[in-house]
Amino acid sequence: MRSDAGDRGPVSRGFTGRPRDRSVGDRLPPGQYLVQDFPVLSAGPTPYTLVDKWDFSVLAVDGSRIARWDWEQFRALPEETITCDVHCVTKWSKLDMQWRGVSLDVLLEGLDVGAAFAMVFADGGYTTNLPVADITDGQAWVATGYDGHDLEPEHGGPARFLVPHLYFWKSAKWVRGLQLLERDKPGFWEGLGYNNYGDPWREQRYWGD
Amino acid sequence: MARATVLGRLSWRVATVTSVAPETSRAVTVVLDVPGWPGHRPGQHVDVRLTAEDGYQAERSYSIASPPGDPPLALTVERIDEGEVSPWLTGVAGPGDVFELRGPIGGYFVWDGDDPDPVLLVGGGSGVVPLMAMARHRARRAFRTPMRLLYSARSEEDLLYRAELDDLAARGDGFDVVYTLTETTPRGWTGYDRRVDGPMLAEVSWPERHTSPAFVCGPTPFVEAVANSLVLLGHPAGRVKTERFGPTGGGS
Repeated sequence: MRSDAGDRGPVSRGFTGRPRDRSVGDRLPPGQYLVQDFPVLSAGPTPYTLVDKWDFSVLAVDGSRIARWDWEQFRALPEETITCDVHCVTKWSKLDMQWRGVSLDVLLEGLDVGAAFAMVFADGGYTTNLPVADITDGQAWVATGYDGHDLEPEHGGPARFLVPHLYFWKSAKWVRGLQLLERDKPGFWEGLGYNNYGDPWREQRYWGD
Repeated sequence: MARATVLGRLSWRVATVTSVAPETSRAVTVVLDVPGWPGHRPGQHVDVRLTAEDGYQAERSYSIASPPGDPPLALTVERIDEGEVSPWLTGVAGPGDVFELRGPIGGYFVWDGDDPDPVLLVGGGSGVVPLMAMARHRARRAFRTPMRLLYSARSEEDLLYRAELDDLAARGDGFDVVYTLTETTPRGWTGYDRRVDGPMLAEVSWPERHTSPAFVCGPTPFVEAVANSLVLLGHPAGRVKTERFGPTGGGS
């Protein structure tokens, strides 16, 4: 679990790079560059899920449903505004993104979690795995809004997972719920060569990073 | 066939440029010598890391243009004027220059040739690069799986691999290519002359569309439009694989 961050590679003749942006300070993880727009990356077509067909479920380790909210119930839950930096494994980072969402602490409150891992699942068949310790205590949300408006389908609307301290593929678009797991197992990208945990500050992009 | 699966750590390797060949006024193919390269599958990409004298580093991802089994690894890179790595690869790099590289990366947007269904490739701009690796793989391995490429570019001068694509199509072995030019067309142009849309995809895609895999690569608006149209035409969403490129797709 070491990272190459900070390793000094051979100098590429004549490469100077962009002017060093001191204003960013230490907010840019290794290997990342800043963008001002909001890039879109997904492995397949964008599903267009209507909100009256949408729900969010929490499944226990045995697969039984222990909580469910339809869209109306979900939007009645207490919401927060989240301002965070987002880091995508494809190297772009975007600072001070503003989201509207419901904390996982609210969603899991009163549930018998009792599991160390979770598999987040989404429309289109996408999955991503996370330790429960990384989605509780104010670290993860289900976001329904971005930058003052409802979340657009290409960015994961009607709702996406948001766990900004990990690479952005962990923030599953078109999220529909999570299943608790006793034992960790890889999700979609985690089974295709991408790192199981995905900490941008340790540049954990791929297997073995 | 032996697959280059990604097992264990993807370490940075030193790549030495052996040649740089212009493809268009904005794109070059960089051929590399990468000792220890583990091999790749058609459609995969690599991470490139450049280091400046003061230790500053910049990383970007580029698709592999060469088919598996070819000793030299080739990347085709389009210059993004406001980019940081592509101006160096397209404007500075020459034989003997070195940089770091790791990969191959991506195990989803790949076509190994063992899927017997006709395959549709839809590329926009430099999004054709990973699709070219698939077409070259098919030709090299003499697969007879029908493969059709719909390739959209701004103008004829912007088309990558034009001569090679026409050669592959002329073999009459089940590969064909359809071009569309979105901005300017030369006199006597007989291809399409508009952005890829639903009617065009209906004409070009396979009648056996319910099982055909489709690979779509290009800038985000292109990929969104094409993928949505394919789903509306009846392609199962799970058979439509997408990859985004360009300034808003993670490249540059």
